[in-house]
Amino acid sequence: MLGEHGGFILAAYGVSALALAALALSTLLQGRAVRRRLGELEARGVRRRSARRSPS
Amino acid sequence: MALMDLANPTRFLALSGRVLPWLAGAAVLALAIGFLLAFRAPADYQQGETVKIMYIHVPFAWLAMFGYTLLALSAIGILVWRHPLADVSHKALAPIGAVFAFLCLITGSLWGRPMWGTYWVWDARLTSMLVLLLLYLGLLALRSAIEDASQAGRAVAVLTLVGFVNVPIVKFSVDWWNTLHQPASVFRMGGSTIDSSMLWPLMICALGFTLLMLALHMAAMRNEILRRRLRSLEARAAAEAAHA
Repeated sequence: MLGEHGGFILAAYGVSALALAALALSTLLQGRAVRRRLGELEARGVRRRSARRSPS
Repeated sequence: MALMDLANPTRFLALSGRVLPWLAGAAVLALAIGFLLAFRAPADYQQGETVKIMYIHVPFAWLAMFGYTLLALSAIGILVWRHPLADVSHKALAPIGAVFAFLCLITGSLWGRPMWGTYWVWDARLTSMLVLLLLYLGLLALRSAIEDASQAGRAVAVLTLVGFVNVPIVKFSVDWWNTLHQPASVFRMGGSTIDSSMLWPLMICALGFTLLMLALHMAAMRNEILRRRLRSLEARAAAEAAHA
């Protein structure tokens, strides 16, 4: 289906999929980690000044 | 709502929280349609099925340059308006642009080996794209080497603008010098030289990757805003603990 150079085509798509998946996953995990740490601080009562002024 | 109103971290978080799922969904949908059409498109009369690499390599090349152009705009925002969101945008985008530039080089190399007989040649297009990747990496290294965040922001902004001269060099290298790389075949005077059976899948893949880059940029900006809030809260918590 991919001809005699199929290995090069699969390698190109494979490396791209891996790199982009790693980038997306890393972004997602970093977001989760920072939200978790912010949640922990807020649970200890440490809040931004604007959040203190407006409890909503 | 004025554009400057959106350039407020809190408003940006609220708006991007609503837009991001749709942006990511549209990227996945466009890429799925693009790849479906790309793998059903005819083989090239000269390159055979190897032309399938074009559907990822060309968007990566465009987006590596587009990403650097966005970095340059963010750099202007840092230096002229000193806007914190411009610095957030710059910091979030640099690693994403680096990945796209890296993938452009890797996929180009994997396309070059069967077509040119070599993975690499030091011609103007390939070398200027390598310089673009090195510029991205240099920006990451420079930012991490300077401890003071606002000094780091200004330093990377200056380097970004100096390095922007390389973007037109990448684009026009195939016209200005004799290169092994083929000349522009999509955006050129006189119209595209690619048959519509390949052009449409290419453009849809390019749209999908553009939406993906914008979604990743938006998500990384949200992370960076929250990371800065976290640092500021941690500093306040430490100060309050010291006073207690």
